[in-house]
Amino acid sequence: MTAALSARGLSKRYGKTTALDAVDLEVAPGELVGLLGPNGAGKSTLVKIACGLVSPTAGAAQVNGATAGSRPARASTGYLAELFRFPSWARAEEVLALHQRLARSDGGAAEREQLLARVGLTGEGGRRMETMSKGMQQRLGIAQALIGDPRLVLLDEPTSALDPGGRRTVREVLVGLREQGVGVLLNSHLLSEIELVCDRVVIIDGGRVVTEGRPQDLTAPGGVEIETSDGVRRLPDARREDVPRIVRELVADGTEVYGVQVVTGTLEDAYLAAVVGRDG
Amino acid sequence: MSDALAIAGHALREAVRRRVLLVVSLLTAVFLGLFALAAFEAFDSLEKVNGIVPIDERALAGGTLLGLAMFVALFLGVVLAVFLTLDAVRGDAERGLLQPLVVRPVGRTTLLAGRLLAASAVCAPYVVIVFLAAALITNAAGNFWPSSLFVPAAGLALGVITVVAVSLLGSTVLSTTANGIAIFMVFATGLAAGLLGQIGEGLQVDALETASSVMSWIVPFEALYQNGLHALTADIGGAAGVIVQLGPFGGASNVGAGIWPWAVAWSAVVLALAAWAFGRRDL
Repeated sequence: MTAALSARGLSKRYGKTTALDAVDLEVAPGELVGLLGPNGAGKSTLVKIACGLVSPTAGAAQVNGATAGSRPARASTGYLAELFRFPSWARAEEVLALHQRLARSDGGAAEREQLLARVGLTGEGGRRMETMSKGMQQRLGIAQALIGDPRLVLLDEPTSALDPGGRRTVREVLVGLREQGVGVLLNSHLLSEIELVCDRVVIIDGGRVVTEGRPQDLTAPGGVEIETSDGVRRLPDARREDVPRIVRELVADGTEVYGVQVVTGTLEDAYLAAVVGRDG
Repeated sequence: MSDALAIAGHALREAVRRRVLLVVSLLTAVFLGLFALAAFEAFDSLEKVNGIVPIDERALAGGTLLGLAMFVALFLGVVLAVFLTLDAVRGDAERGLLQPLVVRPVGRTTLLAGRLLAASAVCAPYVVIVFLAAALITNAAGNFWPSSLFVPAAGLALGVITVVAVSLLGSTVLSTTANGIAIFMVFATGLAAGLLGQIGEGLQVDALETASSVMSWIVPFEALYQNGLHALTADIGGAAGVIVQLGPFGGASNVGAGIWPWAVAWSAVVLALAAWAFGRRDL
């Protein structure tokens, strides 16, 4: 099956600064991949190369089998930039209609209504940008990225201006895209968001991929916590499989057991271990 | 072509919604009102002093007024052209307006073509309307018709299109402010070339005349303007003819029919450079 996004040896240099250094990355159809990394790690550069805004210095990227940046590749890509703006004088409907025309979408008013509803902007099509909050504009930006049923969606910090309700809406949109078989590359600093929805996480630092894998594989086990009549005991080396034995021994010993929790590391721990640990 | 029209329509809607066209229309009406006042006063004064000055006063007044109207139309057209295009690429990219459009399956050249169409569709008719309105006012005030209306009007229209092209090129490499300054300096250079030519003609200095001529072809809006001034006053003879041929802000000059294809080719090359620079630009 053709990958939604495939990058091989992708490098980008701005003068003496290396933004990306031989990055390999793949996003399968229906896969949600989270892109993590500190500021200046090269995440946005990678996304911009994928959608044709930036030319790579070396390597190649393909979108649904077409060279990234080519017309067929752009025709099958939806993109939300980190720093974007729609004209303040334009209405939401007009913004979407223009993008429908440029994306050659024949969805018409029905598609616009459906997209506005999908991002929680039902009935807001007539509003001008200048009267919309930043969060509403970001929701509209996501709707714009979904015009024409793209096979790859690139979202650069899509929830940075959203309240918790907005973030949940975006999570629901992302899950819906996965069900439709759309590949998604999600660039975000919000680790909890990525942990909640992404199938795979790629951590970039200094322009290189430093680690990648499923969120549950990246998070390290953190032991077992047991609440007993003697207080909370922490067994840092214990694993989930050890819990029945530990509880049996405690009960046999006459200790009352009120609760057991298997402690796992968070994606934040994994991220910090990969990035801060690497940077010292 | 459909995509370019969509982009042009978007840019035109912006000009309307931001009330650019409304403000321009109001200020132009003020200019034409003042021009009418000046024209009627000028011709009225001529009637009072008729016979004292041994030249064709009516032609002198009409030619001078229309020469001034040509200059104002060109100047206002250039202002409009610059402000409609000076941030088309780098400015819009820095504000995040351009990226959502560029990632669509539309060529960057098409985006530029759309901006060219929109600005040209506003500026070219604008200068023609201002000039023709001034000609009608001059005729109403003093019963004066210039030798040609078409050549000056067409020259103004093509002149502002060349400015649109160079402003689009500037927008691919310069920030908004720098581009605006650069284009007005190019415009001022053209005017200075015209004035130098006048001085050279007056003092019979061939080198100045040659430098002026070369410069006016390098920035063809100036050559088109000089050509239009010449066509405007070609039939005026005698002392009045000599005076009006000097023209306000650059002398009239018959630069030849070659200026038309040259200005079109010049604009095409400038736009090709703009497309090349835009195509290479990381956003």
